[in-house]
Amino acid sequence: MAVIDATGRPPAAAAPAAPVRSRDPEAHPVPTGREEAWRFTPLRPLKPLIAGQEPDGKIDISVAAPEGVEVEFVDADDPRVGRVLTPVDRVAAFATVRAGGAVAVTVPGETELTEPIVAALRGEGGVCYSHLVVEVGPFARATVVLDHTGTAKYAGNVEVHVGHGASVTFVSLQDWDDDAVHAGAHAFSVGRDAKLRATHLTLGGHLVRINPTVDYRGPGGDAELAGLFFTDAGQHQEHRLLVTHLERNCRSRVTYKGALQGADAHSVWIGDVLIGADAVGTDTYEINRNLVLTDGARADSVPNLEILTGEVAGAGHASATGRFDDEVLFYLMARGIPAGEARRLVVRGFFGEVLDRIDVPALRDRVMAAVDAELSAVGA
Amino acid sequence: MSTLEIRNLHVSVETDGEGPREILRGVNLTVRKGETHAIMGPNGSGKSTLSYAIAGHPKYTVTEGSITLDGADVLAMGVDTRARAGIFLAMQYPVEVPGVSVSNFLRTSATAVRGEAPKLRLWVKEVKETMGFLEMDQAFAERGVNEGFSGGEKKRHEILQMMLLKPKIAILDETDSGLDVDALRVVSAGINAVRETGETGTLLITHYTRILRYVQPEFVHVMAGGKIVDEGGSELAATLEESGYDKYVKVGAGA
Repeated sequence: MAVIDATGRPPAAAAPAAPVRSRDPEAHPVPTGREEAWRFTPLRPLKPLIAGQEPDGKIDISVAAPEGVEVEFVDADDPRVGRVLTPVDRVAAFATVRAGGAVAVTVPGETELTEPIVAALRGEGGVCYSHLVVEVGPFARATVVLDHTGTAKYAGNVEVHVGHGASVTFVSLQDWDDDAVHAGAHAFSVGRDAKLRATHLTLGGHLVRINPTVDYRGPGGDAELAGLFFTDAGQHQEHRLLVTHLERNCRSRVTYKGALQGADAHSVWIGDVLIGADAVGTDTYEINRNLVLTDGARADSVPNLEILTGEVAGAGHASATGRFDDEVLFYLMARGIPAGEARRLVVRGFFGEVLDRIDVPALRDRVMAAVDAELSAVGA
Repeated sequence: MSTLEIRNLHVSVETDGEGPREILRGVNLTVRKGETHAIMGPNGSGKSTLSYAIAGHPKYTVTEGSITLDGADVLAMGVDTRARAGIFLAMQYPVEVPGVSVSNFLRTSATAVRGEAPKLRLWVKEVKETMGFLEMDQAFAERGVNEGFSGGEKKRHEILQMMLLKPKIAILDETDSGLDVDALRVVSAGINAVRETGETGTLLITHYTRILRYVQPEFVHVMAGGKIVDEGGSELAATLEESGYDKYVKVGAGA
């Protein structure tokens, strides 16, 4: 596959100024679009959320949880709220304030769940906000799925705490209708010797901007972040990741793959990794690969690694954006495979690394079917 | 009776910024099933262009002439239709298809060419035996298509496809290039196995005579300057081995 190396970008000249961290929306400036954090994002669709407009719509949240898991609605001043997530922008700050509380899911320590916890979030139109807290106790094992469908102008905060020695698989599927707007601050904290596998799958929406962040609450934590997006004509899909290594001997892996097709399809991937001065023994690698299927689509990809200690076990990043390779198409067609099927084969192969790791079979099948449908919509 | 007929074929290629350039200038060739033809010639004579034009690569434009397979107009067919009609091109430089396993690729291809999915049990056996014949490790089937393959592995993989797809006309574009003696022996055995069925017409495109010691053609054609400038039996290959292409290059340059 022809690959255009996109890592040739100059690194940010200086570390960006530390953003304001506050639960108070008014502590955050109104973005103008010139800020580093907002320069790729069309602000117009986000206006009501930036302004903190009172909700006039609804997002219907239903949580299906196996026995032993506690699901409750708690006040915004509950100690669990804000334990992992401190908003870095107005939208995230408003999400908590306007949600008027949080859905809290608690998996007690040493509980081993065999079935996933599934939160279905269905947008019913209009401006709406929510806040979700997931607490997984020490040595517990759980899978959490967020399934976003319908439409809304929606700001949703999610905070997930993985207790020490626990293991959490988290999947967030953005399967929105074409006109949905979704700004999501998804914050994860990984306890001592805990393991997190978080996957973001973004298929739909008019504008989706997810901000996954990871920090570690003890040494030995392991976070694998994966993502898949399929960006269609007129869609803006943005994933900005920040992994902050301040603890020793923690590991992070970031693997995001995107396919784009159609006029003004725009994807943004920002991968920021910060390794603090005390975070010796850190092992981190992040990669974003994009496959541009048609003319008129644009993929922005910016990896950024800041290292303040000389004693890392490994630190690297890669980014590559390539066009669909006509020679590959010729090769497959020269073996009798029709063009449409050849494209599906190539795109499935491209996404395989991320798709194969979704260990919720129904979800994996749904994503594959959605990708196939997207491909046949354009025809080949 | 499968017959590939090429008549007065003129082919141009789009060049960067210099407009179309004519590469083939009136090629005539007939390949019948069971026959083996070698097309030889110096670099730039148009050998590879001929193979790509038959397979339908979009970069090459046929400006004049015809190609038919059993009377059907090949030029009117898309690339995949040609393959399903029985034309197979073993590529000189097979491309990587990342993340798509060899086994998935072979099965998808066989399903398309045969018109139905092969029965799984029989298929697995067939692939296994053919890989064994080509001295390929079974683990090979789980690798990504051409991903990290050595030159020899790529060519074996091309011959594996040919053996499984059983084409009416097989075009082998410099399949011998870059092979060591062992790989050449194995690949040639694969080509001969297909020839011995008597169901396939083989068009062997090569710069060197080395492979012709393993795969003996009944017909040898020499290309230069976009035309076939000499024809004969296998004895012509022996002459070329001694005298090289010098005299043809002069003819080609004057054309």
